[in-house]
Amino acid sequence: MTSHHLISNAQTGASAARPAPVAASGLVHWARHNLFDGIHNTIFTLLCCALLIATVPDLFRWAIWDAAWTSANGADACKATTGACWAVVQEKYRLMLFGTYPYEQHWRGALVVLILGGMSIVSGFRIFWTKWLLVAWGGAWVAIFVLQLGGVFGLVSTPTHLWGGLPLTLLIFFGTVIGGLPVAILLALGRQSNLPIIKALCIGFVEMVRGVPLVTVLFMAALIFPLFVPESMTPDKFVRALIGMLMFFAAYAADIFRGGLQAIPRGQYEAAEALGLPYWQKTTRIILPQTLRIVLPALMNDIIRAFKNTTFIAIIGLFDILGATKSALEDPIWVSYGTEAYLFVIALYFVVCFSMSKYSVSLERDLNKGNVR
Amino acid sequence: MTNASDSATIELRNVNKWYGDFHVLRDINMQVGRGEKVVICGPSGSGKSTLIRCINRLEEHQEGDIIVNGVELTQNVKNIDEVRRHVGMVFQNFNLFPHLTVLDNLVLAPNLVNSVPRQDAENLAMELLERVRIPEQANKYPGQLSGGQQQRVAIARSLMMKPEVMLFDEPTSALDPEMISEVLDVMGELADDGMTMICVTHEMGFAKQVADLVVFMADGEVVEAAPPTEFFTNAQNPRTQQFLKQILSH
Ligand SMILES: Nc1ncnc2c1ncn2[C@@H]1O[C@H](COP(=O)(O)OP(=O)(O)O)[C@@H](O)[C@H]1O
Ligand SMILES: [Mg+2]
Repeated sequence: MTSHHLISNAQTGASAARPAPVAASGLVHWARHNLFDGIHNTIFTLLCCALLIATVPDLFRWAIWDAAWTSANGADACKATTGACWAVVQEKYRLMLFGTYPYEQHWRGALVVLILGGMSIVSGFRIFWTKWLLVAWGGAWVAIFVLQLGGVFGLVSTPTHLWGGLPLTLLIFFGTVIGGLPVAILLALGRQSNLPIIKALCIGFVEMVRGVPLVTVLFMAALIFPLFVPESMTPDKFVRALIGMLMFFAAYAADIFRGGLQAIPRGQYEAAEALGLPYWQKTTRIILPQTLRIVLPALMNDIIRAFKNTTFIAIIGLFDILGATKSALEDPIWVSYGTEAYLFVIALYFVVCFSMSKYSVSLERDLNKGNVR
Repeated sequence: MTNASDSATIELRNVNKWYGDFHVLRDINMQVGRGEKVVICGPSGSGKSTLIRCINRLEEHQEGDIIVNGVELTQNVKNIDEVRRHVGMVFQNFNLFPHLTVLDNLVLAPNLVNSVPRQDAENLAMELLERVRIPEQANKYPGQLSGGQQQRVAIARSLMMKPEVMLFDEPTSALDPEMISEVLDVMGELADDGMTMICVTHEMGFAKQVADLVVFMADGEVVEAAPPTEFFTNAQNPRTQQFLKQILSH
């Protein structure tokens, strides 16, 4: 408190509350601020326009205008044009999508793809997140295995070495994620364990798998594993590939979960304990739901990566969609139209991965709604 | 109150605890009778939180006995569960579960731990929310409530387990000043209903009104323990006097 003449002061009174000033909007305003904002930006915008004008018409001509769409006369239409040969897709799509799976049985593979796709879309909506969804998934998997393996209900038996194409890709992917997530969670929880042996085992596994490339894990599973285990006890190649993919995915996801678990405040554990919740209830009802929200973006990244990683199983001789496409293109008539065939496969991968990515963003937003802090 | 060990709900005998080499609780002896209210105060870092967290085994003591409702706290997990069933705790930072609505925060534990049917638990929850005067917030998430409202939800959540003892660890320290009284009012009503309470707080007005015993801790030991009338007017220990002078001067 100073005794000299006071300088500090505040003036009272104000006008009534009024709306915020209106921000300018509209296309012209947007363009001026984002595209033609200063000399450098303007030059860059014009350069981009020039580039687009130079490429888009040619691309359009190649992909649409001059393209050969039908394989009615074999590859003749393709030879006659300088445009894209989409006829190769029409001619080979069944081989690309179903690989070595018996031709007359392709409908079974198609059904499997439809079931998996349909169930995934349904599972995306939170209103369906009840125990009935789990029941439905259980039923879906029974149907999928009956369809895919055959040998019952009068279906021709189609063992795993005949599997290929999109169903194989999807089965490996779903198996990896559905099997890998629980393993990852257990590994992350084990890492927090008070029991030194469990802790060491979990850390050891995660660090070991993360320390080697996926290809080596797959080679391990495919080639080295059978050397040590008697023939009769060796699971088939599909299962071995699946286990390899699963372990690789789980190791990375475990590390993501570990980070998420560390972000949960101690108070959450203490509140649960003070209420008398035993370990598993505390973990499944309090800790994991919060962890899942935290790790969702990173986890989605890993799930998308797992989908792309399915292409690696071609290395150990399984014909996923990429492998099946490669062998479909061994046909001498169509061998020179690989670009178009691969573009089709790329588009397929893009649609799946992009949807997953978009979905994860919307889910994240949705889950955070209740959590305004 | 004469023969403490007969009627005490909570009894601590020669309790000692260390964090590494740091002796955080030293020879704590304390009894809390059924229905009685004890306020613990003392400078920051004196071991108040550690002490009450030992009573529901959020922290483990290394020496001495802690007996709650006739059950001794040992390594025995069964005993720990038993004690936690009878002891509720309210934290400084509320520690509500942010991913659950207020109603689900309340229903969760009785539903899972005591297998109370969901409908019954919801009825009790609404009753308790009524009691802490926020029934209209039942379907909001904790993050949408003010601090005072969150703390009242936390109190209701503890009461859902029908505890016989309530522990409070500085329940108003994280609150804006204008919200402190709404929480203290709820705690006062709880005290009037006969709840056994141990409350770490620096709200001396609350202590004067509600406490049967005020305990002053410093450096891990009990320095002074007296009924409030005596504690505030006639403290014996110079450290207590010093502390009271500081805390009552503003
Ligand atoms: N987990 C811990 N590890 C080590 N030291 C701790 C831990 N928790 C508390 N302490 C220390 O123990 C002392 C008492 O802490 P606390 O019981 O929280 O004090 P109060 O609640 O009275 O402020 C403090 O010096 C604090 O730094
Ligand atoms: Mg404290």
